[in-house]
Amino acid sequence: MEGIAKKFDIKEIREDFPVLHQEINGKPLIYFDNAATTQKPKPVIEALMGYYIGYNSNIHRGIHTLAEKATNAFEESRKAVQKFINADEAEEIIFTYGTTDSINLVAATFGRAFIGKDDEIIISAMEHHSNIVPWQMLCEQKEAKLKIIPINGKGELILEEFEKLLTNRTKLVSVAHVSNALGTINPIDRIISKAHEVGAKVLIDGAQASAHIEVDVKKLKADFYSFSAHKLFGPTGTGILYGKRKLLESIPPYRGGGEMIKEVTFEKTSYNDIPYKFEAGTPNIADVVALKTAIEYVNELGKRNIEVYEHELLQHATSLLSEIPEVKLIGTADNKTSVISFIVEGLHHLDIGMMLDAKGIAVRTGHHCAQPLMNEFGIEGTVRISLSIYNTKEEIDVFVDALKSIISKWK
Amino acid sequence: MEVGTTKSIEDIQNDIIEEFSFLENDRESTIFYIMELGQKLPDLADEHKVEQNIIKGCQSKVWLTADLEGDRVAYCADSNTDITKGLISLLIRIFSNQKVDQIIDSDLFFIEKIGMGNIIGSQRSNGLVAMIKQMKLYALAYKAKLNN
Repeated sequence: MEGIAKKFDIKEIREDFPVLHQEINGKPLIYFDNAATTQKPKPVIEALMGYYIGYNSNIHRGIHTLAEKATNAFEESRKAVQKFINADEAEEIIFTYGTTDSINLVAATFGRAFIGKDDEIIISAMEHHSNIVPWQMLCEQKEAKLKIIPINGKGELILEEFEKLLTNRTKLVSVAHVSNALGTINPIDRIISKAHEVGAKVLIDGAQASAHIEVDVKKLKADFYSFSAHKLFGPTGTGILYGKRKLLESIPPYRGGGEMIKEVTFEKTSYNDIPYKFEAGTPNIADVVALKTAIEYVNELGKRNIEVYEHELLQHATSLLSEIPEVKLIGTADNKTSVISFIVEGLHHLDIGMMLDAKGIAVRTGHHCAQPLMNEFGIEGTVRISLSIYNTKEEIDVFVDALKSIISKWK
Repeated sequence: MEVGTTKSIEDIQNDIIEEFSFLENDRESTIFYIMELGQKLPDLADEHKVEQNIIKGCQSKVWLTADLEGDRVAYCADSNTDITKGLISLLIRIFSNQKVDQIIDSDLFFIEKIGMGNIIGSQRSNGLVAMIKQMKLYALAYKAKLNN
């Protein structure tokens, strides 16, 4: 394939993902639900096993050899994340339990310290519920105001409107790097620079970006950036929150407990330094350790190669779906990742999802945890296919044929 | 279905089991068949598609009405998805125009016999349970009314 380095061998990649090689209802599995979670390559599964078989131990305070090994592996993962998103320091990387947890962390800490009555938080109309509800809860508690960046008919943010929303009361802007329901890549560099002009901080929900496009927090000047390991070929239950050192040091801790303290007396507790201040309790050690392997896997393939390959998949699927008269694409932004949402005239998305599953094709149906966005389009939900590095044009062809046969049968 | 010629709940279930046996446990054919049943179920008038008639616990929207006719209950239902409409059409076929006590005491063995759980998945199975529960609740309410 043109533009793809030799390393990016689709056959070899598919061999790395054991779960893909199975039949569902007697048909080869076609997994098109990668925006929900990606599959895990063998090296990641082996890293998990290797941890439990070889050096499972609690980290940071143990003096024995296993604890040392586990601690080193855990901290190596932090460094791998730091390099992956080009953060200045490993201490700016906080391990959480997922993107949702990362956003809640910022709402609970930054929100507690810096959001007051009549302050303003800006989110967008295309946010996942995880980037809506924590801010609604915070605004209710603090009597602050939540403002929404509108979108156009293609599912793109209207930046002129965003600029009008910014005031000297804007304390935080929190937007998705990539929309989970539409695949729109938002111009977050411009959003960040405009927000900084009024002194607001910016949190980027990068859950749908990290596996697909380049993330460089230094270049972006993002104040916070969050994503999940499981959408990046890593294990479930592990997330990342990046924050600028000064900012992290200026905000209070999140949960109280072990690890996050320097000294505890019944009178007063002093808190640990970053990132440990935010990592109370025993973390998800095994999954964090295996995240490093997932990052290495992506690095080896090369983000640029991934972008090129997935863009070809996107174009192929978009052009085939556009030819079906009954199909209406929802979200046609100029700049997109390999996510396609659509509805079919006269057929409910849940019925389509179920019929596709009977044909071995896994898609997501529903509101994709973005009900306000669905309301913008005046729909209840969509069928969403989200493509990844191990998907092929042939799979897209099978899917499109299956969809066509469903439509012709039920129309 | 006419009152007076109603088959027993057990017999209707056995009919359904036999009909499904022709599908030979093929998931795709079974789903298509259930959807076809859904498309055949007459739509509920819009005036009945209101919040109070929605069955809670279903992923899709399901509206259910029940009327007492003598000592029997007549059910009508609709859904925004064909698959769910098909499922409730089976329940309507079984329960509609049966006596309240028979509905309340019934054991819906056809679900397990058909292997419906594997066909429709756990979320929809929960929805199916919610539909049955709501239909039985109507029968219970009408029983209380009949006893007064």
